[in-house]
Amino acid sequence: MTTVAVPIRTNRRKIARRILRNPLAITGLVVLVLAIVLAVFANVLAPHEPTQTQLDQAFAPPGTAGHLLGTDDLGRDVLSRIMFGLRASLHVGLLAVATSLVIGVPLGLMAGYFRAIDALISRLTDLVLAFPFLILAVGLAAIRGASLGNAAIAIGIAQIPGVIRIVRSETLRLKSLDFVAAAIVEGASDAWVLGRHILPNAASVIIVQATVAIPAAILGEAVLSFLGLGIQPPAPSLGTMLSDAQQFAARAPWAAVMPGLAIMLLTLAFNIVGDSLRDALDPKASRR
Amino acid sequence: MSRYLLHRLWQSAVTLILATIVVFAGVRALPGDPALALAGEDRDPESLRAIREQYGLDDSWLVQFWQFVSHAARGDLGQSIRTGEPVNGMIAGALPVTIELSVLAILVAGVIGVGAGVIAAVRRGRPAEWAANALALLGLSVPNFWLGLMAILYLSVALGLFPASGFVPFFTNPVANLHHLVLPAMILGTGLAAVIMRQTRSSMLDALSADYIRTAEAKGLSPRAVIGRHALRNSLIVVVTIVGLQLGALISGAVVTERIFALPGFGKLTVDAVFQRDYPVIQAVVLVTATAYIVINLLVDLLYSVIDPRIRVRGES
Repeated sequence: MTTVAVPIRTNRRKIARRILRNPLAITGLVVLVLAIVLAVFANVLAPHEPTQTQLDQAFAPPGTAGHLLGTDDLGRDVLSRIMFGLRASLHVGLLAVATSLVIGVPLGLMAGYFRAIDALISRLTDLVLAFPFLILAVGLAAIRGASLGNAAIAIGIAQIPGVIRIVRSETLRLKSLDFVAAAIVEGASDAWVLGRHILPNAASVIIVQATVAIPAAILGEAVLSFLGLGIQPPAPSLGTMLSDAQQFAARAPWAAVMPGLAIMLLTLAFNIVGDSLRDALDPKASRR
Repeated sequence: MSRYLLHRLWQSAVTLILATIVVFAGVRALPGDPALALAGEDRDPESLRAIREQYGLDDSWLVQFWQFVSHAARGDLGQSIRTGEPVNGMIAGALPVTIELSVLAILVAGVIGVGAGVIAAVRRGRPAEWAANALALLGLSVPNFWLGLMAILYLSVALGLFPASGFVPFFTNPVANLHHLVLPAMILGTGLAAVIMRQTRSSMLDALSADYIRTAEAKGLSPRAVIGRHALRNSLIVVVTIVGLQLGALISGAVVTERIFALPGFGKLTVDAVFQRDYPVIQAVVLVTATAYIVINLLVDLLYSVIDPRIRVRGES
């Protein structure tokens, strides 16, 4: 249909090379892969069942034989619970971000492309923004009950405005470029221009947004579960582990320290990878 | 200026109306019969009918919506199902705690964020920049409720530096009040400080390579004067912008922070209401938060246009 080159695809290799040259980015990637492996294969790798209680082994300190990171007040193995907790965190993180992208990307594309509905979509964005994520989650938990799925939906909805804004401004920018104008002049349909020319070129911006949104969603899940509005006990979640551990933190500090460190390492790894991805995609930003 | 003002006012009003409709519809979407919830243990059909009558539950949705809006506009937010206390009173008692906590957090975050951001930009490529960047990355990644737990565990319980929980009203004892709020404010401000630092650094780097800075330097102004005068002005815009953008995160963070430090604020009210299924309180809390968010954002935008005249021009054109 049109022969105008799509610019971004040519330099994927260059981007990969830029990331791999950065030692911090590699560290982040390694931690991330490790966390994903631990989470995905938790049922094989975990030394104990995450919900198995052994009251005679309660409050075992880290390093105890069979309990590398110690046990909690019910004698449950902290390491095993962290592995399964990581699985829940990643699950919510991906589900939330997928929700926000599925709804936010089409709306962002339309807001940037069709002037007529831009104002309407902006009002909708403002409306969602008026409900801070926790208030949204509180409302959703009151209406539909507290669960992993509802926590993910609440976080996802709260992230939609960010996606819309970023995709909208990228669409506005791309729309003014010659190759899009050429396609329109050639008689391409709006759907073709959006799907074939604008979306592929906005992909890098969307990917960067997703890498920033996943750690935010993971922190959001931890907060909701900590407050009792997310994953319900006894299912292991890093947030519920922390809220349980709060009661006996003075007696068994490791039960509070370890899950928090796990959340921090996971989000840190995501943030580092996201930062280096953004720098690699936008060399101007990294030189600043 | 006035056209921009009117435009923003109109936008805010539309958002506020939409938000009210969402809250109203959301409460109607709650599971169960509200009359049953209001009746509590008393399931006698006669008293259920009385409750339906009293709360207008048999009226059409339009009438109910009008009742809801007109009562809310007069400041009547209903009564708690659990305690029978008027919700306005509960909110009036809780709000000052949260406002003080948030203002302190913004102050802490502004001072730390702007300071670290300026240092990172000026000391580019040196260890100080690395340290500031690393701190910002950590600040963005650390779950602040966990940081709060650690602070209680190690600073309050082990070292006894700060009270672990509780609250003293400012007018009862200002010193004790601040002593109770310093730690929560620092915890709540962590994420905000990280965002402010990153933004300050990047806008400072932009400014430092701008022509007007070169002119100022060429005039013979000392680096301290150049950075001080121009950086401060820019930083102010950065802080105001970010507070506007991060307001939602700040409100959410305040809820969690209050929970950890057992502060009797808005967040505690919210979480308690959800667990007790106290629907009038949930409805009021959500409405008040949305209204506060819309109004503060409007104020931030107006303040922004006062500090940065370019915004005003753009709004008028």
